[in-house]
Amino acid sequence: MSDASPARAPAPDLAALKARYPQAFRVSWASRLTLVGVLAALLGLAAFAMVRLDFSAARILSGLGRLGEFAVLMLPPSAEGHLADFLRALAETLGIAFLGTLTAALFALPVAFLAARNVVPNPFVHFTVRRGLDVMRSVDVLIWALIWINVVGLGPFAGALAIACADFGALGKLFSEAVETADRKASEGVTASGGGALHRIRFGLVPAVLPVLGSQMLYFFESNTRSATIIGIVGAGGIGQYLTELIRVLELKQVAFLVLMILVTVALIDAVSGRLRRALIGGEPR
Amino acid sequence: MDTRIVPLASERGAALESAYSRAVAATRRRTILTLAAVAVLAVAAGFAAEVRPLVLVENIGNFTAYLGRILPHLTLANLRGDFAEWYWGLPKWAALLGETLLMAYLGTLLGGLAAFLLCFGAAANLARTRIGCFLTRRALEFFRTVPEVVFALIFVIAFGLGPMVGVMALAIHTAGALGKLFSEVVENIDMKPVEGLIASGATRVEAIRFAVLPQVLSNFASYGLLRFEINVRGAGVMGFVGAGGIGQELLVAIRNFYYTDVSAILLMIVATVVLIDLATERLRHHLIGLEQAR
Repeated sequence: MSDASPARAPAPDLAALKARYPQAFRVSWASRLTLVGVLAALLGLAAFAMVRLDFSAARILSGLGRLGEFAVLMLPPSAEGHLADFLRALAETLGIAFLGTLTAALFALPVAFLAARNVVPNPFVHFTVRRGLDVMRSVDVLIWALIWINVVGLGPFAGALAIACADFGALGKLFSEAVETADRKASEGVTASGGGALHRIRFGLVPAVLPVLGSQMLYFFESNTRSATIIGIVGAGGIGQYLTELIRVLELKQVAFLVLMILVTVALIDAVSGRLRRALIGGEPR
Repeated sequence: MDTRIVPLASERGAALESAYSRAVAATRRRTILTLAAVAVLAVAAGFAAEVRPLVLVENIGNFTAYLGRILPHLTLANLRGDFAEWYWGLPKWAALLGETLLMAYLGTLLGGLAAFLLCFGAAANLARTRIGCFLTRRALEFFRTVPEVVFALIFVIAFGLGPMVGVMALAIHTAGALGKLFSEVVENIDMKPVEGLIASGATRVEAIRFAVLPQVLSNFASYGLLRFEINVRGAGVMGFVGAGGIGQELLVAIRNFYYTDVSAILLMIVATVVLIDLATERLRHHLIGLEQAR
């Protein structure tokens, strides 16, 4: 600054600083306009959606009142003599989730190697496999359940198959990404000491990715316990069957009991599998 | 340079070998134990889930036959006409699909807003009181553990049928899921800018606005996009319980054996989901790139 007097040097001269570094004090018009534009687009779309989807304040208010009544009716949560049934349904739910995840993982493992770029260099193969997995993944569990009910009839078996199908797509994708990001030094070492392609996979890739895959499986098991609770809505077994019926007939005390059971179970599984996951990832010597 | 490889003395070699075989045996034992545990659990789960492999083998033909039946009869000679017959309900379905997308959008937006408001209270480094942090976390846990369809079932009775209910159910579930992810992002920020602002007299809101937001916003947007993708799938089945969207039409088609309708609607849903998947993935990579450029 040419006109800054040396006497008051320590005090910051804001005006001078502003003149010297204008870009630090002022947001550029372009970025401000983009921000306003993006916000306006988001809000505009939201307003349009609300109109289109029949949002009405009156309905929300009266509905909230009814929800309040429901909340009172839910207290106290009680099984009202159906505890044994509920526990059996819960076991069924856990069985569905476990078997579904296991089956999906068993099928996804070989397919994941096919979909990984560093194992199968043919771009056509891994593109096809990936899109196939995407399609399996994009069909919801409930839809898979409806399809499998046509094949094996109503019941938890259809639920397990549905979870296996939906997760096969998701796990296949995640597994193949894990394989692709695996450290390639181990495989190179195997090749250097004379191993073939299969040796490379068995001794170079599998030990590196197995802990990751295990932890992803556990994570999916957790989230599948949640999905398995609703699969009964379409008749594919588990606790969802009771949940749907009891909500329909407004047996809200039992509904609250079921929800509590689900919350406790999920929290327990989260805790156990979180511990297992840490053991898998942390304990494995690298 | 000529280096000779000298073989180990025999007793050292033997010690090494026995240690090696012991280590291998220990790993083997552990693997076998794990596999046995998984197998036992699988059998128990099989009993609980009433797995009947024979039924599956017997009826697997049904699956392929079902797939065959839902596929449309397309002939090259009359492709246009066949296509029009297959997609006879296109205007209605397209409108419903649009409704589904709007439900997912609004559910993500409202849920994301709620998550945004709650996440600072649930983050250990920014929460004002220990007890508030604990309560917010438990509330978020409740929101995301109860499946959205269950919320929808209850809301349908309270608010009446329609897409509004689906949006509310999606929003609540989203608030729980995103709230947890957001608060984890907030817990991982660099606290120095926050301390600097507080030291120079900023209020909590100001500190969040100028010190926290610039660090977390792109991550928030990325998680929001991921959730939108999940919600599109979720909104697709909201119709199963009467909460709007294309699900109702699909349920009717499957239950009433309108075979080609099933494939037509499924194909539309799958195509939409895959497209949104690709688009959001690209957007998210763009956002992550922005984050790394900073």
